[in-house]
Amino acid sequence: MKPFLQVRGLSKRFGKGCETCNHADLSEIENNLCPSCSTVTACLNVSFDLHPDEVLGIVGESGSGKSTLVKLLHFEYEASAGTFFLNGNHFAGERQNLLTLSSFQKRQFRSRHMGIVYQNPHAGLRMNISSGGNIAEKLLAAGWRNVSQIRSRAAGLLDQTEIPIGRMDEPPRNFSGGMQQRVQIAKALSNNPQILLLDEVTTGLDLSVQAKVLDLIRRLQHELHLSMIVVSHDLGVIRLLCQRTMVMRYGRVVESGLTDQVMEDPQHPYTQLLVSSQL
Amino acid sequence: MKLKNWILQRHHQNDDQLLYTFGYIDEMAKKEIRRKILKAVAIPGYQVPFGSRELPIARGWGTGGLQVTLSMILPEDVLKIIDQGCDGSVNAANIRKFIQAVTSVDTTTDTNEATIIQTRHRIPEEPMGSGQILVLQVPYPEALREVEPSEAATRRMHAEGDYGRMWLYLYEDIVRYGEITISYRYPVVVNGKYIMDPSPIPRWDVPKLNMAEMLCIFGAGREKRIYAIPPYTKVEPLEFEDHPFRVEDFTGRNCERCGAKDTYLDEIIDDETGNRRYFCSDTGYCDKRCQA
Repeated sequence: MKPFLQVRGLSKRFGKGCETCNHADLSEIENNLCPSCSTVTACLNVSFDLHPDEVLGIVGESGSGKSTLVKLLHFEYEASAGTFFLNGNHFAGERQNLLTLSSFQKRQFRSRHMGIVYQNPHAGLRMNISSGGNIAEKLLAAGWRNVSQIRSRAAGLLDQTEIPIGRMDEPPRNFSGGMQQRVQIAKALSNNPQILLLDEVTTGLDLSVQAKVLDLIRRLQHELHLSMIVVSHDLGVIRLLCQRTMVMRYGRVVESGLTDQVMEDPQHPYTQLLVSSQL
Repeated sequence: MKLKNWILQRHHQNDDQLLYTFGYIDEMAKKEIRRKILKAVAIPGYQVPFGSRELPIARGWGTGGLQVTLSMILPEDVLKIIDQGCDGSVNAANIRKFIQAVTSVDTTTDTNEATIIQTRHRIPEEPMGSGQILVLQVPYPEALREVEPSEAATRRMHAEGDYGRMWLYLYEDIVRYGEITISYRYPVVVNGKYIMDPSPIPRWDVPKLNMAEMLCIFGAGREKRIYAIPPYTKVEPLEFEDHPFRVEDFTGRNCERCGAKDTYLDEIIDDETGNRRYFCSDTGYCDKRCQA
């Protein structure tokens, strides 16, 4: 099977950069701060493929660059270097590097082909606008212009994510944390995304609600054949959802492979530490 | 060289030097405003910032439209000024007197005779033709201001075509009230690109902007923005497939003065009887119909 998404050499630097951080063998440095110019390397040379219907996990401690990676893929940050190809995106016969699109094109692409669920529902939802409206926003951005179609689509999605349809016109601020997270998932799914990005979706929810949300994600992944990138610091979440896993530290990928393989037989000392320190 | 004649004539009248230039604002300012108008015409619906000058009228009282008019008016122009459709209301009368004093152009109340029409909140009922210019006074040029308070953010939204939130605003309106409740300042898409505020004209006037023969220039003096719709440009109000745009409904009503059934009507409550009475909002057109 061929990958439909290819990322090569993706990097993000916060700071000017200097001779040291441009040329030094960064694997020697035990953090992501350049000693001479204080540039923070949030992501360095990250490469991976994503196959259709596959779930890729990204795991690592806080500050390891997981969320930065997601923000780069979602065009929220401008990448310092790298390429991002997606099948079917060609321009004048050439494969189009999505990172070089104009901000207008990036926004168009994002509203038509991507979905994202953030850790904090406040980041992904408008708390004062009805839940149906939150889903509608994404559909409207993707060019839907028929209110009754939008409403039936929103109702269908809320039903799939187990929100009572009677509460469709209530704003998410009236909802519990778990429900807000499910509305976010419904919103992210509304445009039938080619890629769904999940950034720490269960962090901050209590255990029984976590289990419900994870169940839901797993069921939707099965039913809708979603290709997802799941970011979490929780190995349990990764083990449950992902077929392949990348371990990140200091903005670099230290190990990657099948999830079972990484969990059962970690090679890199950091991964070993991560696995052994699980409760 | 008629402008030259005007200046010469003024010199003859009072031997002193002129105290102000033709059109009151100085030549460099007029030049800047004309350049901004050209830019606005070149990018339909795009808000061009300009250096709004001090005038003998307070900002927010039509200074944007006034500066646009003054910067491009010529002695041979025929001017019509209206306020809410009325040629005689205070704002219109003051602006007309001022422009006349500083340019001595002829004025009219007839839409067909005018070459420049400056207006506040209405478009004349009679269709305007090519060669005519409509100058609209704008209080709030930013159509997205309802949904986004930051100017930096709305500029980015226009640049990226990020209009989801504007559409969401209309969607929420429909969900809550069953229809779009915006009665004036109805947002439009100009030339398939920018969402634009057509100034506080009623819905009635919005279709008149689509593929119009006249040039429309919008001036916002307080907010320091100029934007324009060139002739024959597509102007579409935001609408949903199942909730189409509609104009005000005056079925069964007509103007009590001229009897017109196809004009935008003002509702006036009679002080003595308390009855509702209806009159054309466009007084110039109403007068013309009464005389005919």
